[in-house]
Amino acid sequence: MWWRSASFILDKQHQDDAASSSKPETLSLSPPPHSSSMAAEVFQNPNSNPKISAYYQTRAAHHAVVTSDWLAQAQAAVGRYPEDQGPPEADGPTGSEPGKPFSVIDEFNNWRKQPDLAEAVAAIRALAAVIRASEATTMMELEIELKKASDSLKSSDTTSISLTAGCDLFMRYVTRTSALEYEEFNSAKSRLIERAEKFGEISYKARRIIAMLSQDFIFDGCTILVHGFSRVVFEVLKTAAQSKKLFRVFCTEGRPDRTGLRLSNELAKLDVPVKLLIDSAVAYTMDEVDMVFVGADGVVESGGIINMMGTYQIALVAHSMNKPVYVAAESYKFARLYPLDQKDMAPALRPIDFGVPIPSKVEVERSARDYTPPQYLTLLFTDLGVLTPSVVSDELIQLYL
Amino acid sequence: MDSRRSLRTVIDPKVRQVGFFAPPDRTNSDQTEPISASSSSSPLVTQISPSGNSLSPVMIPPPRHSSDSRPVPFVPNPPSPLRRESIAAGSSYNPSDFFPPTMSPTAPSSFAGRVGVGYGVEYSDDIVASSPGLAVRGSSVKASAASSLPSGGFDLRALRASSVPASELTTVSTVVKLPPGIADKAGGASGGVQNDRPANSKPAKEKSTKAERRALQEAQRAAKAAAKAEGSKLPAPATSAVNVKPAKATKAASSQKNDSISVAASEKKAGDRLPDKDRKKDVPQPRMQYDDKSRVEKAKRRAMVNQTEATNRVELFRHLPQYEHGTQLPDLESKFFQLGPVHPTVYKVGLQYLSGDISGGNARCIAMLQAFQEAIKDYSTPPEKSLSRDLTTKISSYVSFLIECRPLSISMGNAIRFIKSRIAKLPLTLSESEAKALLQSDIGRFISEKIILADKVIVKHAVTKIRDGDFLLTYGSSSAVEMILLHAHELGRQFQVVVVDSRPKLEGQLLLRRLVEKGLKCTYTHINAVSYIMHEVTRVFLGASSVLSNGTVYSRVGTACVAMVAHAFRVPVLVCCEAYKFHERVQLDSICSNELGDPDAISKVPGREETNCLDDCAKSEKSTKGEKLQYLNLMYDATPSDYISMIITDYGMVPPTSVPVIVREYRREHLWI
Repeated sequence: MWWRSASFILDKQHQDDAASSSKPETLSLSPPPHSSSMAAEVFQNPNSNPKISAYYQTRAAHHAVVTSDWLAQAQAAVGRYPEDQGPPEADGPTGSEPGKPFSVIDEFNNWRKQPDLAEAVAAIRALAAVIRASEATTMMELEIELKKASDSLKSSDTTSISLTAGCDLFMRYVTRTSALEYEEFNSAKSRLIERAEKFGEISYKARRIIAMLSQDFIFDGCTILVHGFSRVVFEVLKTAAQSKKLFRVFCTEGRPDRTGLRLSNELAKLDVPVKLLIDSAVAYTMDEVDMVFVGADGVVESGGIINMMGTYQIALVAHSMNKPVYVAAESYKFARLYPLDQKDMAPALRPIDFGVPIPSKVEVERSARDYTPPQYLTLLFTDLGVLTPSVVSDELIQLYL
Repeated sequence: MDSRRSLRTVIDPKVRQVGFFAPPDRTNSDQTEPISASSSSSPLVTQISPSGNSLSPVMIPPPRHSSDSRPVPFVPNPPSPLRRESIAAGSSYNPSDFFPPTMSPTAPSSFAGRVGVGYGVEYSDDIVASSPGLAVRGSSVKASAASSLPSGGFDLRALRASSVPASELTTVSTVVKLPPGIADKAGGASGGVQNDRPANSKPAKEKSTKAERRALQEAQRAAKAAAKAEGSKLPAPATSAVNVKPAKATKAASSQKNDSISVAASEKKAGDRLPDKDRKKDVPQPRMQYDDKSRVEKAKRRAMVNQTEATNRVELFRHLPQYEHGTQLPDLESKFFQLGPVHPTVYKVGLQYLSGDISGGNARCIAMLQAFQEAIKDYSTPPEKSLSRDLTTKISSYVSFLIECRPLSISMGNAIRFIKSRIAKLPLTLSESEAKALLQSDIGRFISEKIILADKVIVKHAVTKIRDGDFLLTYGSSSAVEMILLHAHELGRQFQVVVVDSRPKLEGQLLLRRLVEKGLKCTYTHINAVSYIMHEVTRVFLGASSVLSNGTVYSRVGTACVAMVAHAFRVPVLVCCEAYKFHERVQLDSICSNELGDPDAISKVPGREETNCLDDCAKSEKSTKGEKLQYLNLMYDATPSDYISMIITDYGMVPPTSVPVIVREYRREHLWI
């Protein structure tokens, strides 16, 4: 807003000077200094930038169709996922190796690498491992220990909304369950662990419920536009295809990690007619589309969603052409966040491969996600039911207050 | 709704369960049950208990299958097509699982048509609770509903042609017809189903009968009006038929057992005398309309403050009180040392309201509460009277005195409700001194928790939305916004403030003075320039006098204008308001409830008497033709929720659509009823 106005150019310069003199390294939050200070620094050597979002790296690793050199570059950028570490066994507790001190973040990263495991579930499994490893003797001690672990977990990756939401939910359960207070400590502890282990199944189940609920909205002969790769949306489409519904799907490409290609592959295997679009062809094809289906990285308190870059754009186009926009999201993605606009969240950055070298003077917008305000969404399909965006806040208030 | 909420507290995790919480014991069987992935028909959805526990998805009827999935051919009834779907689905549920969450998604819509929708909800509740394993019962319920419906539908159509009140009447009475038969069936079915079932059903039933009574009264009134208004033949027989039918139904029902229903039935017979008395109890007293001559006369006789009414008033706002300003104060001041019925501290506060020394929602509320504290301290129960009753009337008389000085704000109304409920709930065993001490500490707690602490929490939340380089706009002078700005400044955020102000009060100047003293970078402008400055602004922070349950913000006049301009420029508007100022009322405009200020303040500029150029115009007109020129000085306006991005309260940052949720969830907890 204000950087558009001529009268503020001087102020801005003044600010930039102040910012660069006082703290040259950190990025200021307001956009113009943000981009200007970043431009020179980053693109050629992404390794030096600490702000690469681990969450989006994980997603890319799980769902993207990427070239191998890009992957290598990305892994070098993050440095957290060396190939040789190998995924942990699917079931059973992966406690810390003997001798090595237990770290909840390592535990979480181990779980996270499983492609089918939701982020929140990974967080909760990691917290369960904390309980298991804990030597606390009272509930209060355990609670404090858990709080510390979840705080460190949350701060390890601030860009992952479902990680935060998962930690909050679990903490909520531990601190607010009255039944635990009257129980003997050991049984309460084992009950917590048992609960944490069940969450995995419940998250699968949530996906099934959402798929079932959304079947009534997919009718024969409809055309569905999807954006990126979302496990829930894929489940929805798969269920529809299995129940012999006739529909076709438009997949966006989903640059830069090209998750849309992956989805189109999967759908082609199910014999669903798929058409692949480049991301900029959304408006061109929108008049053929009957509904838009997107997943969500997080559902925020206003009822809007935070999702992969491009969702907002698609929702705007759909809104202007009066097409319904449906969001499929499990309820553990509900987060107590309230962004007012796009720049209101901490930026989640990721490397972008343009195929050709970019001159260092050119800035690159590398944010991985955007915020879609609730007025552009039609309905949210969650495991709590089919909700309008305004009900999200209702659920959150009841959960957290 | 009551039974729902109270029931939830019994289930072991106290929180509302989102996502993956399974209740500890019951769901083990649920968990193991495999999900069949093959078929996709909607009945399957109901078999999967969502997330394996007490949550239920809202069933939205599939648009195309609606006819074949439910063969019962009834006429759709406007208030509850969705509800009925949930009945059909409900039979496969474990009742306790199904119970709690069905309501919440639909609840926000219930204020759209309070009687009708509220009704549908209650009655589907009863059915759901009673349905487990009683498929036969369920179908009979459906049949009865179906049989009673077509006639209702017919009446509706027949009467809509005749007149508006009559058609209203029929929609009400078709709804009324349903519950008695169904409710008693639910009662009969409940027998061996579940242990806590009677406890659950009772409050719901009582509530429904209350609503029912009201509906009946409405129906009678409307019928009378319709009969009086139109002498024509057609509507009268139809309405009487409609009215008689429910009476029959209730008579049949009353034989079962339910005394509250039989009350309704007897009321029906008693005719017109009883409802009047009853209505007084049920419906909150309507606000006094000052264009009603006789009532104003009556009120005047009771009044302590000698108000002279303004003669020259704007036609549209005649229902609001408006007095000549400046006449009462000397009169009241002279009476200060006389022994009156009003406690001196309350008297003092009243004078301060009148003179404008205390203004602003929080300040007025705190002053009033502290005066009451003082008054309670000096109170002693007269002989032959009980504390709880006498003190309540005493407080009421103080309140009416304060109202005469200046109309109450909604926040003060809430605080008074709080005090009265505390007095009413005093245990009888307490001695007088103990009771007084308890009340005083309660009031003190209200001030510190609901106002002071709430402000701190609001500041904490709001500061997260101020970034470096922001350009904030505020309007008028709000104490919460001031605290936010100062706190953000203390934290070292680099931002600028635009203070927008308006005549005649120019409250923004005071705020500006305080901000500049603290070293903030400020811009001061009048509201005329708001569209000019708005494109530079990144956030708008506004205070509020009250937030109503449709999300409307009731605030200092001019706020709506600022919010609208901000919306047009796509600047987020943040409203800061403590939750004790929330009110369940719904208001669509700022006409029906408002406050009128001193009309002369508009034309006069303080300190410059000679600029009163409009004055001679008004004077001369008055002497010749009467009132051609009228001044209107409104104090508040209503900002529609569309213009508001976020409301910051002590319960966090919520969208304006969630105000009813907060009102619903926290009213009981804090004993405001």
